[in-house]
Amino acid sequence: MRLEPIKNPTLARKLVPPAIALISTVVIASFLAMVAGANPFSVIGLILKGSFGSQFAILETLNRATPLIFTGLAVAVAFRAKFWNIGAEAQLYAGALMTVLLGTGILPWPSFAILPLIIFAAILAGAIVLLAPALLKTRFGVDEVVTTLLFNFIFLLFISMLLEGVLKDPMGMGWPKSARIIPEAKLPRIVDGLRLHWGFGLAIFSAICIWIIQTRSTLGYEIRAVGLNKDAAAFAGIPVNVVIVKTALLSGGLAALAGFSEVAGLKGSLTLDLSPGFGYTGIIVAMLALLNPLGVIVASLFVAGIFVGADSMSRAADVPTYLADIMLATALLLMVLAIMLTRFRVVRD
Amino acid sequence: MEIIDILFTASFWAAAIRIASPLIFATLGELICERAGVLNLGIEGIMVAGAFAGWMAVFSGTGLWMGVCVAMLVGMLFGLLHSTLTVPFGLSQHVVGLGVTLLATSSTYYAYRLALPEVTGPPKIEPFQPYDIPILSDIPLLGPALFSQTPLTYLAFILVAIVGVILYRTPLGLAVRAAGENPAAVAAQGLSVTAIRMGAVMVGSGLMAVGGAFLTMSAFDSFFFEMVNGRGWICIALVVFGSWRPGKALLGAVLFAAFDALQIRVQQTSLGTHIPYQIFLMMPYILSIFALILMSRRAEVPAALMVPFNKGER
Amino acid sequence: MSKDAVEALSLNAITKRFGELTANDAVSLAVNVGEVVALLGENGAGKTTLMNILFGHYTADSGTVRVFGDTLPSGNSRAALDAGVGMVHQHFTLADNLTVQENITLGVHSLLKPSLGRAAAKTRIAALSKKFHLAVSPDARVGTLSVGERQRVEILKALYRDVRILILDEPTAVLTPQETDDLFATLRLAIAEGLSIIFISHKLHEVMAIADRVVVLRHGKMAGGVNTNDTDKNALAEMMMGTEATPPKVSPAKPDAPLLALRNVTTADVGSVPGLKSVSLALKGGQIVGLAGVSGNGQAAMADVVGGLLNPNEGQVILGSKTVQKWTPRIAVQSGIARIPEDRHKTGTIADFDLVENAILERYKSPAFSNGGWLNWRKSRAFADGIIDKYDVRCLGSETPIRQLSGGNMQKLILGRVLEADPQIILANQPVRGLDIGAVNYVHSQLLAARARGAAVLLISEDLDEVMALSDVIHVIADGRLSPEFKRGEMTPAQLGLWMAGQGFEMDVANAS
Repeated sequence: MRLEPIKNPTLARKLVPPAIALISTVVIASFLAMVAGANPFSVIGLILKGSFGSQFAILETLNRATPLIFTGLAVAVAFRAKFWNIGAEAQLYAGALMTVLLGTGILPWPSFAILPLIIFAAILAGAIVLLAPALLKTRFGVDEVVTTLLFNFIFLLFISMLLEGVLKDPMGMGWPKSARIIPEAKLPRIVDGLRLHWGFGLAIFSAICIWIIQTRSTLGYEIRAVGLNKDAAAFAGIPVNVVIVKTALLSGGLAALAGFSEVAGLKGSLTLDLSPGFGYTGIIVAMLALLNPLGVIVASLFVAGIFVGADSMSRAADVPTYLADIMLATALLLMVLAIMLTRFRVVRD
Repeated sequence: MEIIDILFTASFWAAAIRIASPLIFATLGELICERAGVLNLGIEGIMVAGAFAGWMAVFSGTGLWMGVCVAMLVGMLFGLLHSTLTVPFGLSQHVVGLGVTLLATSSTYYAYRLALPEVTGPPKIEPFQPYDIPILSDIPLLGPALFSQTPLTYLAFILVAIVGVILYRTPLGLAVRAAGENPAAVAAQGLSVTAIRMGAVMVGSGLMAVGGAFLTMSAFDSFFFEMVNGRGWICIALVVFGSWRPGKALLGAVLFAAFDALQIRVQQTSLGTHIPYQIFLMMPYILSIFALILMSRRAEVPAALMVPFNKGER
Repeated sequence: MSKDAVEALSLNAITKRFGELTANDAVSLAVNVGEVVALLGENGAGKTTLMNILFGHYTADSGTVRVFGDTLPSGNSRAALDAGVGMVHQHFTLADNLTVQENITLGVHSLLKPSLGRAAAKTRIAALSKKFHLAVSPDARVGTLSVGERQRVEILKALYRDVRILILDEPTAVLTPQETDDLFATLRLAIAEGLSIIFISHKLHEVMAIADRVVVLRHGKMAGGVNTNDTDKNALAEMMMGTEATPPKVSPAKPDAPLLALRNVTTADVGSVPGLKSVSLALKGGQIVGLAGVSGNGQAAMADVVGGLLNPNEGQVILGSKTVQKWTPRIAVQSGIARIPEDRHKTGTIADFDLVENAILERYKSPAFSNGGWLNWRKSRAFADGIIDKYDVRCLGSETPIRQLSGGNMQKLILGRVLEADPQIILANQPVRGLDIGAVNYVHSQLLAARARGAAVLLISEDLDEVMALSDVIHVIADGRLSPEFKRGEMTPAQLGLWMAGQGFEMDVANAS
């Protein structure tokens, strides 16, 4: 068996394999729902209803998509440079940490002053967290997959230590959580009365900014060049290591914004379960979006929809929520295969 | 000093060997995959799947060794999935590995919830019991540590020797190593790179799953979520630390496990009251990162690791 | 051909297509026992494809292969080896981190066999080594071997498996003239043992020297088959290239002042590849300096120093009259150095970028293409379109991914992007490797035109013929050391070959002391 590149793929060639991938994901999920003893059609229906079937559902999905857009962007930016940032989880918590450090009363500033400061500090914190693995890669050639992964564990333990120690909410009845942020540091609702907060707006704005940077700036050009062919980029004079570090700073900062958004827009304080794996889910979002920043918005809505829908479905149909994770893992693997098939044909030899 | 005292107790070294055992299986498994040229980031998920599959088989009534076989089979199936996507289809080994970890973990949790819907605490099985090897287990300090372990631990050590012999002294091992160094050389000698790489990944994944099964069938007696807790990723660092050689990987696993056993015990000493326990828990991961930095000048990485092979590329 | 000629191998009407490209078009070839058949053709003629089909790397679309009368199943290297067909590949298929013995015994025994049989293998290798004059040390790591030694291992791999038919794909491309003689001696011993040999080459004098018969391929089709006794180099050249190929005329040089000079430059060795050892070189305007040498003798270091990728450990790089303080690829480009890299796929272009993005790869930061961190795609596109037009780059528009282009067109884009900056110094590293004759002549004419304009050209090439044809001045590089300057026509290939093997340096030292 051999893979032969296709010179000029037709539109059908570009659309059919991804479509089949998504359909297959749904089919596999239906089968698993059947194994759980539920009616597959009603399961799919419940998922759709739970994610987009009512105003409440839609807002919940958009809320859930917000941190995913940030982590999806973070991963997409990094993966473009072939810098495998698996540590978005730690960077997210770094952003959340900054938010509670600065936003729980130390600086009694008004909203228009404190929010930009916290945003800036969060981005900085996330960037610094990813800087260490980036430098280990450029200076020592240490693979960033394992270092960023291990650092997730380390940083989470660090947060746990702080939450049981200096950051512990004196009015929290002993639970390891931080104090609540002051009202000035809270991200306002987009529409009064509805649960959707401005973190979503910031996320969309970030996606557009990243798209502009990627397609129109010299940095975006450098990142793409380094990711596609490091040797040719170096030969042409592109400073590869500097580009990787810049990519890491950008990526870490974006992931940190997810943490900021969750604390300042939704939760109001920092706890250990702030993120149910947004950093890792961001990887799926980025891959489904083909690393395209605008595609990240669509992919985040899709992934968030599945999670929110599956939560609601699980309560109604008695099917374990892990069905959502299985669906996403399947979608990821099938999508990566499908994308390859849009560019190569399989030839029997 | 209290730490020195700890180092001289038999129970410490026994714990170290016990903690090392799942790491040995999984590290050997990853080593085989990488030697053939494939990075298998599915290791974390495969260990979870193996932990559950083996335990579930025993819980359903089969014998312990049958449970180990079931775990191995499950691991091999995930290995088949991983290698099908990465070898003949040449997809990104990073992405496929992470996808397999997610799939293995989530399908394990799904299966657990389906199989045991109403449990409040994790049910138990009768795990492997320690088997004292006569005479040898009476040696002071080392005796109980090395020779009063469960049969799975003995299997781990035996496997290190077997893998070493196969890798360096048989035609099969040579073919596997060559596939990881220059697949074109393998193809030019009439061998199938695809078959060798896929076979290696499947065998390696089987071993990883057995490593996971050790946790539920030997170290503990039940399956709970977050059981593997990053051990898979640590094994990837251990492969690098061991320079892709089984003997050195064994050493790395034992060293690492000793450190882990040490930090558990130090938590209970006077030192432990001053330092937050999270610092101790962080140590294994920090140590792994240091191990990676130390070995970063390695020239021994298989030259074709992560390089897909396209037959007859013009 | 005697009446008792036994047919060892026959390829019958082999056809192979890759997409729209017909690499082999109903090609037939027969080899008798004890015969040497040369497969001649220029780059892209389909020689390697044909042999890959024979050896089982590819399956033919139609046609059959028969070895000693039996049909060979296609697409199966194992079957080919079992039938007695062995191949010495152009790009060696060796694992650097394994030993010579491990490379030779790889795959020989069944994978189920429990032991490698090291002692017996070592004895066998020693015997073959002696018999065929192929000296190797079985326990040496292949990564430490020279190119000539590696080729010996490649040949031993085949001989170890008792092949009866040996295919050699461009074996002399990387050898000195003396090593080529050694190779031919080994081949004669093999023939005496009853082997048949297929020898792929594009070098006419070698084909005439070693082959009994020549089969010529052109654009995938058979263009002729003759006995070497009945033909000569001119006839073969005409069969090989038709009448399309006329190499550009070289007028005498009028060199100017040095534009770039290296003075006592030393760089570090990288593994077994030597760095430069106190090298001094001057590149003068209006002159082509050719660097001849066997690959792996310091050419990479030379190219990297001149190209801005490597800073010398000792010595200076002098641009015009000023010693360079800071040296990076970007500074080199800005200083007017045009670099044509050795490998257009690996370092010259980015396969998934389109022609526009590839065109601005070196100068995207200049005001011509960007402003304060933002790219001007309109200007970049115009630049790329200009190159496509002026340099006749065949493509479907400037926004197609460059990997769709043929090698020759890719090289034209690279040429265009560096020459349009009106460079004073041109570094051409293996500029025509793998190109068909039309592209070769085009590239050479561009280099000569630049020279006529007053640019200094450094030509690094493993092809001694190319170096001798184009260079006004030749240096030989061996083991990182540079020979003295030889003017055009001063040395014969054999004399240069001695320098390439390192012997000239000893004589030089001996004469000096």
